[in-house]
Amino acid sequence: MKLKELLFAPIFSNNPIALQILGICSALAVTSKLSVTVVMCIALTTVTAFSNLFVSLIRNHAPSSIRIIVQMTIIASLVIVVDQFLKAYAFEISKQLSVFVGLIITNCIVMGRAEAFAMKNPPIASFLDGVGNGLGYSAMLLALAFVRELLGSGSLFGTQLLPLATEGGWYTPNGLLLLPPSAFFLIGLFIWGLRSWKKDQVERADFKIAPNTKPQAKEA
Amino acid sequence: MEAYLSLFVRSIFIDNMALAFFLGMCTLLAVSKKIGAAFGLGIAVIVVQTITVPVNNLLYTYVLADGALAWAGLPNTDLSFLGLISYIGVIAALVQILEMVLDKYVPALYNALGVFLPLITVNCAILGGSLFMVERDYNFGESVVFGVGSGVGWALAITALAGIREKMKYSDVPEGLRGLGITFITVGLMSLGFMSFGGIDL
Repeated sequence: MKLKELLFAPIFSNNPIALQILGICSALAVTSKLSVTVVMCIALTTVTAFSNLFVSLIRNHAPSSIRIIVQMTIIASLVIVVDQFLKAYAFEISKQLSVFVGLIITNCIVMGRAEAFAMKNPPIASFLDGVGNGLGYSAMLLALAFVRELLGSGSLFGTQLLPLATEGGWYTPNGLLLLPPSAFFLIGLFIWGLRSWKKDQVERADFKIAPNTKPQAKEA
Repeated sequence: MEAYLSLFVRSIFIDNMALAFFLGMCTLLAVSKKIGAAFGLGIAVIVVQTITVPVNNLLYTYVLADGALAWAGLPNTDLSFLGLISYIGVIAALVQILEMVLDKYVPALYNALGVFLPLITVNCAILGGSLFMVERDYNFGESVVFGVGSGVGWALAITALAGIREKMKYSDVPEGLRGLGITFITVGLMSLGFMSFGGIDL
């Protein structure tokens, strides 16, 4: 098993958000400010990595009929630890993340990787797979948050980079980027970009559209 | 009464679970290819949401909140850190019970819902509903209204999206956008549409 591949493949070629359709809920809701996004990424990567590790450790002992409950318990306990940690050391940010830390429990990346990878692979490989998928998720989120915060409020990490027109500068912020719908458009465009670069990710069309005019008769 | 009505409308249109808070996105994108399936899942979510939010509200008020165990003679106990694991436990258990009850007494509905029922356990809209209920300090009455409203809102979103996607399969989408990409942009436009409900106050 190539460990390096486990770690880096999910970032571009098998991105959890763009290709596996996992973990989209939080990707959209926490990306209007970079500092909040970074905390969310760290929290999710930690939970995914450790839940993969623990699920993999007990994979041969847990009967498959109750495996979902067992995985759920492991994940929920890890999320509680992360939640309490954030409340203790980063209270402001944990307030802004609101329910989304708790929602890591139902984040499909964690469940999906535990079920698809950790149940079948040894602990070290599972741990790295968890870190890798966390990084893939983080890459997407950080790119989103970068665009949204820079163009939406002219700042990065809360530091003003583009002087706003309202405060005597030249930059008129694009308010749309701070609103929820912009995250959908940006992810759609990112997927478009990624798939134009890596052609093999393009989905097969359900229907082939027939040309609406008859082919022209060959010229004599 | 007016307050409840306002909360109901608000939770369906303005604070729509799917389009304003992005909850239940994974299922929303995955199960919205056919209207029939989307509608079935929507109904299942309404039922589960209507039951779990009030139950979790009772659990929070009488067991988990700070000082809630006063009736058991433990006025200084604060179990709120156990919230997450209890809510997800309640949800998983209720979905399981609902599945058994439907199977026994309403087999027609059970067959119609099929695989979607167990899937609901990991739908973030359900857990999100319970967490919002705690965060916004709803009382029991409000939690019932919020449960029904947020469920209806989610069902409305997935049915509408499925309708749009069924129409859209005949359109010529650029290669890289096909499938997931164009769906994201559609949901974005729907979400923009729902934002126009903002400011409605009854």
